[in-house]
Amino acid sequence: MKVLVAVKRVIDYNVKIRVKPDHSDVDLTNVKMAMNPFCEIAVEEAVRLKEKGVATEVVAVTVGPKAAQEQLRTAMALGADRAIHVQSDDKVESLAVAKLLKGVVDEEQPGLVILGKQAIDTDNNQTGQMLAALSGLPQGTFASEVDIQGEKVSVIREIDGGLQTVELSLPAIVTTDLRLNEPRYAKLPDIMKAKKKPLAVKTPEDYGVATASKVSLVKVEAPAERKGGVKVGSVDELVDKLKNEAKVL
Amino acid sequence: MSILVLADHHDGQLAGTTAHVVAAAQEIANAGGGDIDVLVAGEGVTAVAESAAKLEGVSRVRVADHAVYAHQLAEPLGALLVELAGDYSHVLASASTTGKNVMPRLAALKDVSQLSDVIGVESADTFSRPIYAGNAIATVKSDDALKVITVRATGFDAVNGEGNASIEAVETVVENSQSTFIKEDLAQSDRPELGAAKVVISGGRGMGNGENFKLLDGIADKLGAAIGASRAAVDAGYVPNDMQVGQTGKIVAPDLYIAVGISGAIQHLAGMKDSKVIVAINQDDEAPIFQVADYGLVGDLFQVLPELESKL
Ligand SMILES: Cc1cc2nc3c(=O)[nH]c(=O)nc-3n(C[C@H](O)[C@H](O)[C@H](O)COP(=O)(O)OP(=O)(O)OC[C@H]3O[C@@H](n4cnc5c(N)ncnc54)[C@H](O)[C@@H]3O)c2cc1C
Ligand SMILES: Nc1ncnc2c1ncn2[C@@H]1O[C@H](COP(=O)(O)O)[C@@H](O)[C@H]1O
Repeated sequence: MKVLVAVKRVIDYNVKIRVKPDHSDVDLTNVKMAMNPFCEIAVEEAVRLKEKGVATEVVAVTVGPKAAQEQLRTAMALGADRAIHVQSDDKVESLAVAKLLKGVVDEEQPGLVILGKQAIDTDNNQTGQMLAALSGLPQGTFASEVDIQGEKVSVIREIDGGLQTVELSLPAIVTTDLRLNEPRYAKLPDIMKAKKKPLAVKTPEDYGVATASKVSLVKVEAPAERKGGVKVGSVDELVDKLKNEAKVL
Repeated sequence: MSILVLADHHDGQLAGTTAHVVAAAQEIANAGGGDIDVLVAGEGVTAVAESAAKLEGVSRVRVADHAVYAHQLAEPLGALLVELAGDYSHVLASASTTGKNVMPRLAALKDVSQLSDVIGVESADTFSRPIYAGNAIATVKSDDALKVITVRATGFDAVNGEGNASIEAVETVVENSQSTFIKEDLAQSDRPELGAAKVVISGGRGMGNGENFKLLDGIADKLGAAIGASRAAVDAGYVPNDMQVGQTGKIVAPDLYIAVGISGAIQHLAGMKDSKVIVAINQDDEAPIFQVADYGLVGDLFQVLPELESKL
């Protein structure tokens, strides 16, 4: 079975972003970029399926600018066999990404597609579900356990009240939650080897997808700043302040 | 222009979040006119529909009561929404795990974008939403014919329960051979829901182990609080995943949030920094959580918590 993994290049999760002074967007100049943490988990899961002998090939795909090839090389250093780069310098929104991924799914015919549940830049949490709908495939979102048995996959999902188990027919779409696995680090020899793995470059036109979106960004603002308050010296003082000053008790 | 709100429910009861989503729908209706319908889809959902009919501002509750909608699996629920969406200019759901699971399917099948986690309505086509873990707020305008939106419940005050909408059955039944519900393991608790509680007390890695979370119980009992946790506490297995507060967990905005043994990573702050009053209890006086706390108490939680419980 072939497994397709979608990875996105995003701001490193440790970086605290700033809004541009003209409020047109956030300022990403010279900001450290990395693979979206949920995508790292997706790659790890795919590689583990290959190590277990369930997957025969792992293909990583990204939609983004030239620089996003770094994240594809990372995915290959972690164990993906080859990569597909759909190159676009535009901001490609989730719907267009899902359409492009559908194009890749049609071409590659994977048995399983793994995506992150959410990209930590837009915090959209949409692409996997959209891809599932467009491809007419079932979805197991927010997965904390994925178990393939023959023609089916059983997925334990993290839902608001606890955990839900669903069984899906294959091929299927899975999106990862944080507890699915703990991703490994790439080793230096693997990083070297990844440089020689095949990377195909495509364009949105190759898939007949227009990337323009009908949603426009009007402005971006910093959230209301919370001012740090005071330190209290004792539990008594805390209880007193909560009762008499904040009036929340 | 009419608006459809997908009701959130579980265990045969309407979830509190729906009243917040209806409030968002009302703001959209006020900006452009139009009726608000609520869709209740599930199996055995008569009581849910009756509760939804009482939400102020709702004209009609549409009920799809059929085994195929049991557990609100994304595939059949998405197909149902696609069938009904033609009547509406906006379809809204809460940004719950059900809403997040199904709404992008509707959007994709209608070839429109989805706006996730909306916290403000500026007009019928312009909305605000947090991005980058809430470190920026984007205002976005959608020119799509159908607006598909998930609403962050904490962004809108709930409507009251004195309405009187009509209830109509929806006969549409879709097929689903792709996904099967196997089971659910839901946390049992007598405490209020995290998202709805007026007071939340959360423990982090500093709690040390799951057993020590009991130190929060007595305080939560006295305050009628829900108990939450940081991801580190959930990852370490101290408590189950449904207690996680943060960018990728639950978003809360109670009147009082008490963070105990939590350092204050941006991903955690993203889930609680809109709380009215924040208290931090941490032994490290440099912990970033103090930068957002109204009241900070530097100290060992194992001493502070029993004393706090006795003095409440
Ligand atoms: C993609 C992604 C998503 C994430 N999403 C979330 C999320 O939704 N929610 C979330 O919470 N995190 C999330 N995180 C993790 C986040 O980055 C932090 O790692 C996490 O919040 C840290 O949890 P913590 O504060 O409990 O632990 P720590 O950072 O280890 O802090 C423990 C604190 O306890 C204090 N302490 C220890 N002992 C005591 C004592 N005896 N008395 C008093 N204080 C004590 C310490 O001083 C310290 O400040 C995410 C991370 C990533 C990469
Ligand atoms: N530009 C992209 N290229 C490849 N995968 C993407 C892209 N955008 C989103 N994804 C995938 O979809 C997941 C969810 O993203 P989102 O729906 O944008 O929050 C990510 O974790 C990726 O797996």
